[in-house]
Amino acid sequence: MLELRDVHTYYGRIRALRGVSLEVKAGEVVALIGSNGAGKTTTLKTIVGILKPQRGEIQFEGKRIDGVATDRIVRMGIAQAPEGRRIFPRMTVLENLELGAFAREDALGVRADMERVFRLFPRVKERLHQKGGTLSGGEQQMLAIARALMARPQLLLLDEPSMGLSPILVEAIFETIRSIRSQGTTILLVEQNARMALRVANRGYVIQTGRIVLHDTADALLKSDLVRKSYLGEK
Amino acid sequence: MEWYEVLVQQTINGLTRGSVFALIAMGYTMVYGVIELINFAHGDVFMLGLFIPLTVVTLLGVSTTLVGWQILGVLLPLFLVTMLVTGAINLTIDRVAYRPLRRAPRLAPLITAIGVSFMIENLAMLWKGPAPIPFPDLFPNVDILNAWLGIDTLIYFTTKDLFVVVVTLPLMLALELFVTRTRWGKAMRATAQDRETAAAMGINVERMIMLTFFTGGALAGAAGLIQGMYYNIGQWWMGYQAGLRAFTAAVIGGIGNMPGAALGGLFIGFLSAWSDQYISARWTNALVFAILILFLVFRPQGLLGERPPDRT
Ligand SMILES: Nc1ncnc2c1ncn2[C@@H]1O[C@H](COP(=O)(O)OP(=O)(O)O)[C@@H](O)[C@H]1O
Ligand SMILES: [Mg+2]
Repeated sequence: MLELRDVHTYYGRIRALRGVSLEVKAGEVVALIGSNGAGKTTTLKTIVGILKPQRGEIQFEGKRIDGVATDRIVRMGIAQAPEGRRIFPRMTVLENLELGAFAREDALGVRADMERVFRLFPRVKERLHQKGGTLSGGEQQMLAIARALMARPQLLLLDEPSMGLSPILVEAIFETIRSIRSQGTTILLVEQNARMALRVANRGYVIQTGRIVLHDTADALLKSDLVRKSYLGEK
Repeated sequence: MEWYEVLVQQTINGLTRGSVFALIAMGYTMVYGVIELINFAHGDVFMLGLFIPLTVVTLLGVSTTLVGWQILGVLLPLFLVTMLVTGAINLTIDRVAYRPLRRAPRLAPLITAIGVSFMIENLAMLWKGPAPIPFPDLFPNVDILNAWLGIDTLIYFTTKDLFVVVVTLPLMLALELFVTRTRWGKAMRATAQDRETAAAMGINVERMIMLTFFTGGALAGAAGLIQGMYYNIGQWWMGYQAGLRAFTAAVIGGIGNMPGAALGGLFIGFLSAWSDQYISARWTNALVFAILILFLVFRPQGLLGERPPDRT
């Protein structure tokens, strides 16, 4: 479904990605784990075209999407819950959800997905007419995922959904990711919380300073020395 | 005139002036909201909103006051054409002058905007000459209080005053409904709040910027036409002063905030009319700019602004 081949991305002269290759197949949950500054967010921004890769190739459903404008990539079926949630602060929760569905023309489908999203996130429904900026961090994260789902994406990109949340909320968010997975949405999940991510993922990639250093099934990664030492804090 | 009649009279003047400032200020603030540019050329688009319909009515040979059905039959198309053309001009200014600088440091488009403003003003001077030019007295002027209501007063409130309010209010209301209720209006606000995330919603950000410039230009054009029909005079530099006052209005309301710009425009209208009367017309500009500076220093987010204008 999604394939990155030897992708290099720069911020000016700073090399953030130095040859990232990874693949997400339909129906999978793939985790991309790495510490702060490794290049996870840059990878996602490059996929959706906010950043243009200097070198390499990105394919989605067999079509090249590197160099394509962000709004067109999104219309092709990739939605994201970005790092830091990025809720529109001065718009209501409902308006945020409507914007998630901006690219869609099927009003009936949108309404059905709204109901589906409310079932996944009852809290979001309770806050429907509040301004996005007034929600708590956890509620904003739920809204960010809900908003992305409103696009009915084929591929959902999640950038550190657990960041800054209490353990109970992290548990709740990952529970939701499980149910989204069970409904058949393909997910690329970026996390620093390697343990949680690899528990929901089928496969995982480990990124360090802009390079993929390891990839395997999630179970194998959880048992690997590198992951246990560097990301799970075990000896 | 009794003192209270003077006050009411100047307040009526303030209302009509302020309505025009409000329309200009809303476009100013919309553009700032979306690309964080103080579009100095915005006032000059207002001037074109007077010059362009002037050329149209001259070509059509309309030079006397309209009567009966003519009022709607002539004015409606005239407003539509003016707004379409000034909207298109404003959009073109963005495409040609600002868009190539979208990723440049903010000073670059700002200086470019000043350059565009000078260019339009000088072209307008070449076009219509440096002297004040008359605008035909299209709208019938009836003293409503005395002639229609039979109230014996020196306060002069005419059909022209009423006309200004009756055109301006629906325009402002329509804009407010557009940005708060429609899909594209919401996309425009989303773009203003977070461009990158707006793109990630599938919104074509450049198209939203075009829509913003078009709408702002159309409002400025309507304001120019209203100004021409109300004062029956125009001049190539008129956009300069109106633009600065409208900018002040936008800052007072909280730049980027549309209801704020409308309120700020009315406020500057009242203030300048009162100042003309009670202080001196010569001091009005100084007063307006003193207020601008006070706001920039002590309350840069304006009265209704929710965040400081500078996010960087
Ligand atoms: N806007 C930026 N300008 C310059 N360098 C950046 C920018 N954003 C990120 N970087 C750098 O790129 C590298 C990767 O960052 P990022 O992708 O955000 O990491 P992660 O999401 O894994 O924490 C880091 O070294 C970071 O300092
Ligand atoms: Mg990151």
